[in-house]
Amino acid sequence: MYPAAFEYHAPASVADALKLLGKLDDAKILAGGHSLIPMMKLRLAQPKHLIDLRKVAGLTGIKEDKGMIAIGAMTTHWEVESSKVLKSKCPVVSETAAMIGDPAVRNKGTIGGSLAHGDPAADMPATVIALGAEFVCQGKKKRTVKVDDWFKGIMETALGEDELLVEIRVPALAKGTGAAYLKFPHPASRFAVVGVAAVVTLDKEGKCTKAGVGVTGAGTHAVRAKGVEAALSGKKLDAAAIEAAAAKAADGVDVQADLQGSEEYKAHLCRVFAKRAIEAAVKRAHA
Amino acid sequence: MKHSVKMTINGQTQSHEVEPRLLLVHYIRETVGLTGTHVGCDTSQCGACTILINGQAVKSCTVFAVQADGAKITTIEGLAKNGDLHPIQQGFWEKHGLQCGFCTPGMILAAYQMLERYPKPSEEQIRHQLDGNLCRCTGYHNIVKAIQWASEHMAGAK
Repeated sequence: MYPAAFEYHAPASVADALKLLGKLDDAKILAGGHSLIPMMKLRLAQPKHLIDLRKVAGLTGIKEDKGMIAIGAMTTHWEVESSKVLKSKCPVVSETAAMIGDPAVRNKGTIGGSLAHGDPAADMPATVIALGAEFVCQGKKKRTVKVDDWFKGIMETALGEDELLVEIRVPALAKGTGAAYLKFPHPASRFAVVGVAAVVTLDKEGKCTKAGVGVTGAGTHAVRAKGVEAALSGKKLDAAAIEAAAAKAADGVDVQADLQGSEEYKAHLCRVFAKRAIEAAVKRAHA
Repeated sequence: MKHSVKMTINGQTQSHEVEPRLLLVHYIRETVGLTGTHVGCDTSQCGACTILINGQAVKSCTVFAVQADGAKITTIEGLAKNGDLHPIQQGFWEKHGLQCGFCTPGMILAAYQMLERYPKPSEEQIRHQLDGNLCRCTGYHNIVKAIQWASEHMAGAK
């Protein structure tokens, strides 16, 4: 399959990339290319220009910064999966990365590329929602976008046309916090038919003081399961409380029927995977 | 507009003028003439086109040749040295890890990366790490055995 013809640019700095982005008509940013190139091969995307970020310095790497972990947008899924910092401070991000595609896809695909692309069935969106991540965007000015303002629709995010996503920031998990991401993968593509991430913080009595739950795959974009979070907060998370909270997992999700399943089936998967993810997160919070 | 690209493939420098939309797998097969790298599904699912770019196993149907400018590439043709098969290739021979052979170049390069990262993989790990490589003949059992054979013999060689 041959994509439509395009002009190729490989700037060496964020400033040069932004200049090209401002100047060129119908340009797309190329990161790892593992979402964009398949779309171009199917001619679902036919940009006139590609601006490749591979030569831009300073967009890769993972470092701890004031209780947050800063992940460069061009960091590959494999680097996220194998990061010592993330494995010790926020392992759910590494675990989520390890569930994306397959090893070769993870060697090339990037966290920033995926989150800027906003595929409704991508894995990382659920986890960054549950964690309350932040997105650092560079345009004429630098701004930080909270995850709740990020995902807008199918492949639509808060990233401006004249901006680059340069960094993703996730919190280091506080004491007494457990987190897990689980999904029902599509058997061929490994995309999430439905995926749920849960992050819970328990006090000494085992009561939930904070809960974050993100759902991906089911709707037009990943969303926060506010009903589940409210039902978990302040409760002692025994089996009955988890079951009752997980029952709200599809509330407020614009569940879309597709080739993978009916609306009813996907809503059911939301509830099942919410329950499993919360159970796993609670187990880890106790450990 | 064409771009000039220069890269090392199996130790040999290659430089050509290419259209930006030329996929790396077609560059390798048709421009350079190394046809050991196969095009299977052409949708980054089957892994037949897996090669190493700067030591990383990548699906070359989902990379443009221009993105590989300056890279060091290894294809299946670059593994045997002086006529001696690489231990992974030898493992596929010894354990009958192939029937039609179409997926084999990609399988072997995926295995190459796997054994670099996990020199002593468990059977479960091997199966999990081959998630992105499809074989329609063997049922995978002999591929797993071939990689186990290679793992044992590569450990012995060090």
